[in-house]
Amino acid sequence: MSVHANPTTPHFKDNAHKALHDPQLQEAMGKLRVGFTAARQIAVSKLPEFEALRDSARDIKNHTLAHLDLYLEAYEKKVTASGGHVHFARTAEEARNVILDICAKRGAKTVTKGKSMISEEIALNDAMEKAGITPVETDLGEYIIQLRGEIPSHIIGPAVHLTKDQVEGDFRRVHTHLPKDRDLTEPTQLLTEARGILREKFLAADIGITGANFLVAETGTSIIVTNEGNGDLTQILPKCHIVVASLEKITPTLEDVSQLLRVLARSATGQEMSVYTTLSTGPRRPGDVDGPEEYHVVLLDNGRSSMIGTDFQHMLRCIRCGACMNHCPVYHAVGGHAYGWVYPGPMGAVLTPSLIGVEKGGQLPNASTFCGRCESVCPMRIPLPGMMRHWREREFERHLTPSAARYGLGLWAWVAKRPKLYRFGTRIVMHVMGYYARKTGKFFAMPFASGWTDWRDLPAPQGKTFQSEWKKRRGTK
Amino acid sequence: MNAGQPKGRRVGLMATCLVDLFRPSVGFAAAKLLEDAGCTVDVPSQTCCGQPAYNSGDKADARALALQVIEAFEGFDYVVAPSGSCAGMMAKHYPELFEGDPELQRRARAFSAKCFELVSFLTDVLGVERVDAQFPRQATYHDSCSGLREMGVQAQPRKLLGTVEGLELVEMKDSDVCCGFGGTFAVKFGEISGQIVDRKTQDILATQAPVLLAGDLGCLMNMAGRLSRKGREMEVRHVAEVLANMTDEAPPIGEPVGYQAPEAER
Repeated sequence: MSVHANPTTPHFKDNAHKALHDPQLQEAMGKLRVGFTAARQIAVSKLPEFEALRDSARDIKNHTLAHLDLYLEAYEKKVTASGGHVHFARTAEEARNVILDICAKRGAKTVTKGKSMISEEIALNDAMEKAGITPVETDLGEYIIQLRGEIPSHIIGPAVHLTKDQVEGDFRRVHTHLPKDRDLTEPTQLLTEARGILREKFLAADIGITGANFLVAETGTSIIVTNEGNGDLTQILPKCHIVVASLEKITPTLEDVSQLLRVLARSATGQEMSVYTTLSTGPRRPGDVDGPEEYHVVLLDNGRSSMIGTDFQHMLRCIRCGACMNHCPVYHAVGGHAYGWVYPGPMGAVLTPSLIGVEKGGQLPNASTFCGRCESVCPMRIPLPGMMRHWREREFERHLTPSAARYGLGLWAWVAKRPKLYRFGTRIVMHVMGYYARKTGKFFAMPFASGWTDWRDLPAPQGKTFQSEWKKRRGTK
Repeated sequence: MNAGQPKGRRVGLMATCLVDLFRPSVGFAAAKLLEDAGCTVDVPSQTCCGQPAYNSGDKADARALALQVIEAFEGFDYVVAPSGSCAGMMAKHYPELFEGDPELQRRARAFSAKCFELVSFLTDVLGVERVDAQFPRQATYHDSCSGLREMGVQAQPRKLLGTVEGLELVEMKDSDVCCGFGGTFAVKFGEISGQIVDRKTQDILATQAPVLLAGDLGCLMNMAGRLSRKGREMEVRHVAEVLANMTDEAPPIGEPVGYQAPEAER
């Protein structure tokens, strides 16, 4: 999957064009648009203290980020004391190498995986395949996109870009043992089919890799929330469990986690809680009925620590619920793959330039109407539009803004800073435009504004400016 | 300045550049509403609030334009704009522009505290309960994003529209979802914007109301432009024109002078 290493993010507009002309994608996005937003709304309306919980959730993460070094050390101590190992990885490459080393030491051939966006960020599956190890995604959505050789199009619903029919087609293509008359038209039937296959993989796996929703400094515990139970089987059955997570997943105490959990599932899927909330602390202890012999945590930085103290620190509060993309009109229109790398939607528009560079990711923070719906639903109160604007400021400072926009807006600002010239010039222009369109009331095409007129008419001005008319009628300054 | 006006109700009307250039009738409607509510209205020299520059990352120009607005308007008791977007820029974002300059930031904060969106100013500050207007039509109302999320404009226009004689408000689905305008976004990402506004027009048309109202001219021009491109005849207006009973003074957005509303749709 070369998208990890070669993001198509610089071609966002072309990607979006293709997405807008993909009828299956548009059908799938139509369902997402309605489903997730309604579910969240219902869940939130049932919890009167939800807004207060959002404040509290924000404060917990702000406190954690202000003392991140202390909590990281405390966490590492606890993991070590429980018999596990913590590996700090500064880059994606370091993280991959740590994991491949563990795999090599254990002679691993098959690795089962729970859903993990950090695994996507470090392109772990590619690296494992190159090393002769077979990664098996066990989350149904991840399993589907692995069959298709795709990356997730949504951070909590990796396959939301697909219709049921497409998934059935993939299953029939890959699961060649399936009789033709086997009914796979319902999602539950697809799930049963995937489960049958995965059950054998769970038992055969040498290592299980999961992500983490939270890492608890107080206890050295990693926590995952899932709906399918695949995460539990991934981390309990193999002899070795590797947790791969980014360092901002640290949370001080279990009490803090319980608060964050109350906003997480409600914001994500509209559930009060996810079906499974699984805590794991170190390897199997004497007397434990199950659990791995070996327990590793790979903590990825990958540029995050350099966001601390900058305009972008807020982003490190993100708990990956996906509410921002579920409510984003741009994401609804183009889907997640158009964003061209691992993280889509508003959170991706802020995070991607940080992680792959603003030169490559710069279009994303521009592709927003600033409607603010993402910020209004973010459980962590992350000012997403504000941070997209900060990226635009960086681009402008570095002359990365496309020249047409730069000069067009520059000219407008130049005129607007000269009120007399503005009044004189606009009076003439509006008069001409108004006269030209006096019969239709609109323009069907307009030079330098085809971005507008390709898709809609441009209503014509009335012909006089308000300021000149006001002066005429009221005689004031 | 009329000395007989109640003290503390001197309003500087920030028409916004779109109203100034494209639709003066909205400015006059705003002035009438404010005057009917007992304000003295003045229109000082104005150009642009600086939002396009600010949202494009050009902080220096945004700052210069903000300062120009502050200088022109800070003598008034209130600054009112018939737009949630421009009002949001002045009320919420001006202080951000002067971070690192405590003197100017203090001034910007004091200025921001006086800035309001027109309809919410009428109801929330002036206590206007009803308007004297007739509009015997069904209409649907779109919540423009900045007005809704930055300025809290949602119930206020519905409340006043409810007092317009003959008007029946028919709510569209997802009235709080963006129309796809987004200022320069509509031109820079025209195709995506086109798709978003197309979906919006589907929700508008599903109401079967012959009239579309909103409180921001940018969004209105976007939706009117898409409706007309689809060949759908619809009367699109700024909410102030209806509330001020001034719909006879100008044809709907995107329609020529002499426009007649189709009788059958009334």
